[in-house]
Amino acid sequence: MSESYDVLIIGAGPGGYVTAIRAAQLGFKTAVVDREHLGGICLNWGCIPTKALLRSAEIYHYMQHAADYGLSAKEVSFDAAAIVKRSRGVSGRLNGGVGMLLKKNKVDVIWGEATVEAAAKGNAPGTVTVKETKRAEAPKGAKGAGTYQAKHIIVATGARPRAIPGIEPDKKQIWTYYEAMVPEAMPKSLLVMGSGAIGIEFASFYRTMGAEVTVVELLPQILPVEDAEIAGLARKRFEKQGIKILTGAKVTKVEKGAASVTATVEGSDGKSQQITAEKLISAVGVVGNIENLGLEKLGVKTDRGIVVTDGLGRTNVPGLYAIGDVAGPPMLAHKAEHEGVICIETIKGLHTHPMDKGKIPGCTYCHPQIASVGLTEAKAKEQGFQVKVGRFPFAGNGKAIALGEPDGLIKTVFDAKTGQLLGAHMIGAEVTELIQGYVVAMTLESTEEELMHTVFPHPTLSEMMHESVLDAYGRVIHT
Amino acid sequence: MPINVLMPALSPTMEKGNLAKWLKKEGDAVKSGDVLAEIETDKATMEVEAIDEGVLAKIVVPEGTADVPVNDLIAIIAAEGEDVSTASSGGAPKAAEAPKPAEAPAAQNTTPGGGHMAYERVNEAPDAAKPDASKPAAAGEGGRVFASPLARRIAKQEGVDLAAVAGSGPHGRIIARDVQAAKASGATKAPAPAEAGTPAAEAPKAAPAPKPASPAPAGLSFDQVKGFFAKDAYAEVPLDGMRKTIAKRLTEAMQVAPHFYLTVDCELDALMTLRETLNASAGKDKDGKPLFKLSVNDFVIKAMGLALTRVPAANAVWAEDRILRFTHAEVGVAVAIDGGLFTPVIRRADEKTLSTISNEMKDFAVRARAKKLKPEEYQGGVTSVSNLGMFGIKQFTAVINPPQSSILAVGAGEKRVVVKDGQPAVVQVMTCTLSCDHRVLDGALGAELIAAFKGLIENPMGMLV
Repeated sequence: MSESYDVLIIGAGPGGYVTAIRAAQLGFKTAVVDREHLGGICLNWGCIPTKALLRSAEIYHYMQHAADYGLSAKEVSFDAAAIVKRSRGVSGRLNGGVGMLLKKNKVDVIWGEATVEAAAKGNAPGTVTVKETKRAEAPKGAKGAGTYQAKHIIVATGARPRAIPGIEPDKKQIWTYYEAMVPEAMPKSLLVMGSGAIGIEFASFYRTMGAEVTVVELLPQILPVEDAEIAGLARKRFEKQGIKILTGAKVTKVEKGAASVTATVEGSDGKSQQITAEKLISAVGVVGNIENLGLEKLGVKTDRGIVVTDGLGRTNVPGLYAIGDVAGPPMLAHKAEHEGVICIETIKGLHTHPMDKGKIPGCTYCHPQIASVGLTEAKAKEQGFQVKVGRFPFAGNGKAIALGEPDGLIKTVFDAKTGQLLGAHMIGAEVTELIQGYVVAMTLESTEEELMHTVFPHPTLSEMMHESVLDAYGRVIHT
Repeated sequence: MPINVLMPALSPTMEKGNLAKWLKKEGDAVKSGDVLAEIETDKATMEVEAIDEGVLAKIVVPEGTADVPVNDLIAIIAAEGEDVSTASSGGAPKAAEAPKPAEAPAAQNTTPGGGHMAYERVNEAPDAAKPDASKPAAAGEGGRVFASPLARRIAKQEGVDLAAVAGSGPHGRIIARDVQAAKASGATKAPAPAEAGTPAAEAPKAAPAPKPASPAPAGLSFDQVKGFFAKDAYAEVPLDGMRKTIAKRLTEAMQVAPHFYLTVDCELDALMTLRETLNASAGKDKDGKPLFKLSVNDFVIKAMGLALTRVPAANAVWAEDRILRFTHAEVGVAVAIDGGLFTPVIRRADEKTLSTISNEMKDFAVRARAKKLKPEEYQGGVTSVSNLGMFGIKQFTAVINPPQSSILAVGAGEKRVVVKDGQPAVVQVMTCTLSCDHRVLDGALGAELIAAFKGLIENPMGMLV
């Protein structure tokens, strides 16, 4: 007799394990299957370890500029292996934490590769077979290969780096984030393909560590999802730091040498140039992991590599659900977590609404940091809004000056008619920690009035958020 | 295991009640069916019965406590042989473990909604106040509308009445999309005055549910009123549930239901003669008392019941965005009691014989004065009869009692000189005024109804067949 669950989740990434814990809270007998690591890419090969690397880079940068603060630091240097070791240590610690959380919530962990054999039908539960995996050792106490039954099966298998034909990652000269996260030594030169959050973070990290970095972006703007004004400011800062940026450019060919790659890059003007670098990082987006799960056989509807759901996680097959990256963009951990909670609460029969994807913030942890939520100014206009735009520069903020971070901007976009905060866009120190203030405001459907009436503490960077709102209505104080 | 006695819901809409009286003391043995306590709601006093045997171990809510929420623990019954002291101390936390017996009294006493009317929804008292997604958020207590700032602003700009919008946000909060949806559905503008002649055509969604909500002027505050009088000139009378309900319900009725009034004189001579004949022919019971004694009012009830079925369009009530039309006539009858009034409803007044109606009314009147009517006995109805003839009132107008669509105000029967065949003649006449809800009844329809009524009163033999 195979073990039977109320809810079985395939994938223990941020979407999967959070959903599992919520399921357990709701009284479901819950299991989560993974083949490689608890916490998924986010915790092991994504969000978290890169933040550890970038923190090393940030402190290194400060040490190099110690004199700016009246300090002296001589012979500043780094140990690449130690930086990587710290980053892995951070992941390892959190990975163990997820295991403990699952145990505490009495969620079973099943180790291996899962295939959905059948979804629940009538009173018969669905079936999932789990095959042994050699990718990674099972965590202590995990169940192994076998057949498992579950009334509700949630696919939360995440995504993997997209590969461009002819430029397939080889783990040696052509890297994805996996290799870029654990360099044996810092490369002297680097070509980054793609200027989304992943590409830009690695570009920023390696540039700070001294590499010659070139970023190639197909679109006319780096950080394509960000507000054009913010992306423009970012580009200026990056170029000032010495990063070469080619936009509207395409890598058409890559030739591998013994210890280098030479890429042919075609510019928007049609002219080609050759760029040689020690390594190439391919950061051209991610694709959903929808294969080998048995989804085709069950007739699960997919569209361009993602599982189609109804916004509450339900696929077209009853008893089968999908959340997170595999259920479509934006492919962000916090979106997956939230989507998972909505899905399981829907299964429980609680009153749920599809997530408003217009209110999901995005953060890029390069130097300077970039954070945003909602519509860009251009998108807002495109959607027919008459906008009021507020801007406040870091140079006008006492705390920013004291921190030695006078570069940056906080921009707010309001609907002139209703005062709805349509979007907020920030560049500068610690903005990734500030953005949530606007997210809360948007979720509560604040208008400019409530934001103006909110008391922001002094002296903080957050005062700029207030000033930006005031500026949109011609009431700014400090510029 | 101790049994928790919870505050029962005496009607589907009851949210709280007053614990009027404990009829058992702590330590008293109780058996199933024993009356434990009396609960007073807005209109009625009801009994809480024990559903199991044991000892009343602890009275949690003392008598005289007002506004006890439904399902609150009011007492604990210890099972036979169980130590009373343990039961009383250990009972409360066990509520979660033993919900079944605890819930039983509530379930038993709950009125099954709609048992008496053809439509269930009309039987729901208009003061059902639980805010849920399907009802306008403003139906909550106190009239505060919870809405996001953006929702408020859009509502203001678009002229959407927030009180009429159902909130889909957390805790029923109205958010922007609710206002947009309300706007899109066109059901939004603040209630327009119902146009004479086309009341049913457009159903302004904002008008439906009687709302204690903000727009309604609440009247002068206590401090304002107090300011007009010398301090020792008055005594304060606290409001009981009935007074509050009357004030609320009838204020709503006047604000929500557009009233108009139709007055007729009905000649009573034939009716008085028939009444005398019928009463004289009544059989006797074993004590020698007549089996029935018809009053003029019994004829009035019967006539209204028959008139409603003869004018089917008038046998209807307003229900938010539609009209509910009935097959049988439900006629409420106002019964004055000390400190207020009840309107118990005679069901199927069109079908019942005069003697049945008469006896039912006598029973209702007795129990109304004792405040022992059950909620299902005074809820619903399509029309009501209010008779002030015994006080010598010649003519008056009455306020419609929601959800009903009309009410007949009956004056005293008196001898008057009228012109008959060009000659003065003395006849017995009773003046009746029908208040009509214009949303349901137009002038002509109301006239048809009251004409049918007058016809029956003046030719009362029609009520016997």
